[in-house]
Amino acid sequence: MNILSLFPAVPLLMMLGLWLSKSRRQIHAVMVAGSSALLVLAVWLVFRYLGLREAGETAQMLLTDSVVWYAPLNIHYAVGVDGISVAMLLLSAIIVFTGTFASWQMQKDVKAYFLWFCLLSVGVFGFFISVDLFTMFMFYEVALIPMYLLIGVWGSGRKEYSAMKLTLMLMGGSALLLIGILGIYFGAGATTMNVQEIAALHNIPVELQRIWFPLVFVGFGVLGALFPFHTWSPDGHASAPTAVSMLHAGVLMKLGGYGCFRVAMYLLPDAAHELSWIFIILTTISVVYGAFSACVQTDLKYINAYSSVSHCGLVLFAILMMNTTASTGAILQMLSHGLMTALFFALIGMIYGRTHTRDVRQLSGLMKVMPFLAVGYVIAGLANLGLPGLSGFVAEMTIFNGAFMNADTFHRVVTVIACTSIVITAVYILRVVGRILYGTCENPEHLKLSDATWDERFAVICLVVAIAGMGLAPLWVSDLIRGSVSELIAHILS
Amino acid sequence: MDYTSIFPLMRAELTLTAILVLLFLYDLIAGERGRRWFSAVACGLLVVQVIVTLVPAPAGELFGGMFRYTPMDGVVKGVLAVGALVVCLQSDTWLRRDDTRHKQGEFYILTLSTLLGMYFMIGAGHFLMFFIGLELASVPMACLVAFDKYRRYSAEAGAKYILCALFSSGLMLFGISFFYGTTGTLYFDDLAARLTGSPLEIMSLVFFFSGLGFKISLVPFHLWTADAYQGAPTAVTSYLSVVSKAAAAFVLFTTLVKVFAPMVEQWQTLLWIVTVLSITVANLFAIRQKDLKRFMAFSSISQAGYIMLAVIGGTPLGMTSLVFYVLVYLAANLAVFGVLATVEQHADGRISLGDYNGFYRTNPRLAVMMMLALFSLAGIPPFAGFFSKFFVFTAAFQAGFRVLVFIALLNTVISLYYYLLIVKAMFITPSDAPIAPFRSDNYTRVSLALCLAGVLLLGVVSAVYDGINALSFGL
Repeated sequence: MNILSLFPAVPLLMMLGLWLSKSRRQIHAVMVAGSSALLVLAVWLVFRYLGLREAGETAQMLLTDSVVWYAPLNIHYAVGVDGISVAMLLLSAIIVFTGTFASWQMQKDVKAYFLWFCLLSVGVFGFFISVDLFTMFMFYEVALIPMYLLIGVWGSGRKEYSAMKLTLMLMGGSALLLIGILGIYFGAGATTMNVQEIAALHNIPVELQRIWFPLVFVGFGVLGALFPFHTWSPDGHASAPTAVSMLHAGVLMKLGGYGCFRVAMYLLPDAAHELSWIFIILTTISVVYGAFSACVQTDLKYINAYSSVSHCGLVLFAILMMNTTASTGAILQMLSHGLMTALFFALIGMIYGRTHTRDVRQLSGLMKVMPFLAVGYVIAGLANLGLPGLSGFVAEMTIFNGAFMNADTFHRVVTVIACTSIVITAVYILRVVGRILYGTCENPEHLKLSDATWDERFAVICLVVAIAGMGLAPLWVSDLIRGSVSELIAHILS
Repeated sequence: MDYTSIFPLMRAELTLTAILVLLFLYDLIAGERGRRWFSAVACGLLVVQVIVTLVPAPAGELFGGMFRYTPMDGVVKGVLAVGALVVCLQSDTWLRRDDTRHKQGEFYILTLSTLLGMYFMIGAGHFLMFFIGLELASVPMACLVAFDKYRRYSAEAGAKYILCALFSSGLMLFGISFFYGTTGTLYFDDLAARLTGSPLEIMSLVFFFSGLGFKISLVPFHLWTADAYQGAPTAVTSYLSVVSKAAAAFVLFTTLVKVFAPMVEQWQTLLWIVTVLSITVANLFAIRQKDLKRFMAFSSISQAGYIMLAVIGGTPLGMTSLVFYVLVYLAANLAVFGVLATVEQHADGRISLGDYNGFYRTNPRLAVMMMLALFSLAGIPPFAGFFSKFFVFTAAFQAGFRVLVFIALLNTVISLYYYLLIVKAMFITPSDAPIAPFRSDNYTRVSLALCLAGVLLLGVVSAVYDGINALSFGL
C-alpha cells in the first residue's frame, strides 16, 4: 500500500476505534494516538519529500500510486504529492492534533462528535493526496457533510440556521464544481481523470475553458470564501464548536484555495488568463470588505470569521496574480492563516467556555484573570496583523511583493487597494485586544475564572510554536513549496 | 419449436410462476400454525428466485420474437427480485397484525403477480406481450394499494391508483394502436425499421410515453403518487416506489432505444422537458411535506427524474448508469421505508416529520440507518448514491445534455435541503414525546442489514458496476 493512503486510512481506523470504545478515556486515547500518528506521519513525509528532492527526483508528483477504480470512466484512485500538498498535509495534521486537545472538555455525546470529526479529516487528508479529479471531488464532499451535524448538534447560537446555510452553500459550490469537472474530463477527450495527465494533454478548447473555468473557480471559491459567496462563513464559524471552527477555518477553507490553484487555474490556463480580472476584482472586494466587516462586529467569532474572509480572499487574490512569488505567498498565507486562525478559534472557544459570552462589550481585563490565554490571544493577533517574526508577515509580504511585480496599472491598483487591508486588520485586532484583555475587569463574575488547563495549554503552545517557527524560518517552508509552485505557474503561463 | 430452450430463457418467469403456485397451495393447506411461517417460506422461495434469475445464460428469443432474453434483462429481473425480497422481509410485522393476518397469502401472491407482470414487460418483444405484462403489473398493484381496506385512506388510494392506471393504460393502448396503423406491425424489431417520425407517430409516442410515465410517476403524470403513497400500507408504498418504478424505467430505456430509435430527436426533447419538470417540481413540493410517506413520494418522483438522465442519452454508458442507479436507489429507498415501516408498527402509526424529533436519542441505530440512507439518496459520498448520481450525470453529459445536467445538479442542493430536514429532526430537534425505544423484528433487521450493505459497499466496491457494465455493451 502506498504510504500516502495512510493519511485517510488512519482517521478511518480511528473511527473504527472510536466505535469500539466504551469510555471517555478510551475515546481520548484513540484520538490522541491517531492524531499523533498523523502528525508523525506528516512530519516524516516532509523529510521524505525533501530527501527525495535532494536525491534528484524531478517528477512533479512524488510517491505516486494509481489503482483502477471505475475503468469505463477512467476513474482511478490516484495519489501523489508535491511540495504544496505536503505543506497542506502538515498543516492539516497539526490542526487535527491540536483540535483534539481543544475538544478535550467536550461533554455531550463525545463518541459521535469525534466520529464525525474523524470523517471530516478523512475528507481533508484524502483531498490533499488525490491527483484524480473524481477522487479529489469525492473527498471534498466527504469533508462537507460532517459539518452539518457537527455544527447542528454540538454548535451554539443559531446553530440550525448556520449549519443548513453552510451545508447548502457549499453543496451549491460543489454542484458547480461537478459540472466543471465533467466539462474538463470530456473537454480533454475523456481519456483520463488524472490531473497531471490532463494538464500534460493541454487540449481543452479555449471556448470550453471559458465556460468551465468560472464554474470550477466559483465552485472551489465558495469554500475559499470568495465574495459574494462567503456568507456561510461568518455564521458557520460562529456557531461551530471550537475544534470544528479550527479545522474548518484552518484547513477546509484551504481546500478552496488549493482547488482553485490545482484544478481551475492549472487545468484551464487559457481561460484563467482571460477571465482572471473578474475574480481579481471579486477577491479584492473580499479582502477589503472582510476586513471592514470585522471592524464593526462585536462577537469575537464573527470578528475572526470576517478576518478569515479577508485573509482567504488574499489567498485567491495571490493565486490570480499568476507569478511564482505571489503564488508562493498564497501557499504561505494558507499555512499561516490556517495556523493563526486555528489558534484564534481555539482561544475564543476557551474564553467562551469560561465567560459564556463572546461579546466584546461584555469582556474586559482578561489579562489579569487568565494571563496564559490572553498572551496567546495577543500573539495570534499580532500574527494576524502581520508583525515581522510571525507567520503572517512572511506570507503577506510575499503576496504583495509578487502582486506588485505585474507591471500593468490594473494589477497595481488592485494591489494597492488590497494592501489597505493590512491597516484595517491592525484596527480590528488592536481594538479587540485592547478592549477585552487590558483595562480593569468590570464583571466581578469574571474575576473568579481560572486560566487554561493542561490540555488547552498544550494545544495553544503547539500552534504558537508553529506560527513562530514559520515566521522565523520562512525559507524552510518556502523551499518546500517553491519548486512545485513554479512548475504549476510555468504550466499556467505556457 | 424447441421446447428445451424455453427454460433457460424464461427461467425467471417459470420459477416465479412456480413460486406463486406453491405459495397459493401453502396458503390453502397450512393451518393457523403454518401461517406463522409464511414470511419465512415466502422469503426463502424468493431467495431461490434471485439465485435462479442471476445465473447467467446466453441471449435468445422465443415464440417467434414475442419474448426475448438478454443477460442484462436477467440482471434487472434479479435486482427486482431482490427488491421484492426486501419488501417481503419488511412487511412481516405488518402482516402479523390482527386485521391482516388472515390474508398474508394474498399479499404475497398479489405482490409476486405484479413482479411477474414486470418480468413479461421487460422480456417483451412485441407490444401485445408488453401490454399484457403492464396490465399484470398494474391491476394487482391496485389491490395491494387498497390492502388495508378498512382504512379510509387505503381504500381511497386504491381507487385513485386504479383510475389513473386504467386511464394511462388506455392512452398507451391508443398510442400503440396508431403505431399498428402506421407501420402494420407490433414487433419491436419491425417497428424500429418502419417508423418514420410522422406527426401521427409523434402523437402516438407521447401517448405511449404517458403510459410509462405514469408507472415511473414522472411529472406531469405524477398526480396520483402522493395520495397513493400516503394511503397504501407502507410495505406496498416501498414496493411501488422502488420495484415498480425500476421496472418501468428500464423498459422505457429499452423501448426508446430499440423501438423508437428513428425518433430519437423527438423523444429526447420530450424526455428533456419531463426530466426538468420532474426533478424541479418534485423537489419544490417535497420541501413542504410533513407526512413522511408523502415526502418520500415526492422524493421518489425527483429520483425518477435523475433516472431519466441515464435514459436520455440512450448510450451503453447510460444503460449501465441506469441499472446501477436503480440498484443503489433500491438499497437506499428500501432502507428508508424499512425504518418508516418498523416505526409505524411499533409506535402506533406515527409517520409525520414531527414524530421523528429526538429519534436519535431513543433509537440511535435506526436513526443512523435512516440518515445513511438519506445521505445516499441525496448523493453524499462515500455512500453509494454519490457514485450512482455521478454516473447518471456523466452519462447525460457525455450525450451532450450539459444544460440538463446543470439544472439537475442545482436541484441536488434543494434535495439535500429536504433530506437534511429529516436528519435535523432526528438528530438536532429535541422532543417532548419522542418515539419510545423498541426492538424491531428479525426480518426487518435482516432487510436493513442488506440495505446498509448496499448503501455502504455498492459505490466503494466497483465490482458490481463493472459487472453491469460488461453486459450493457450488447445494447
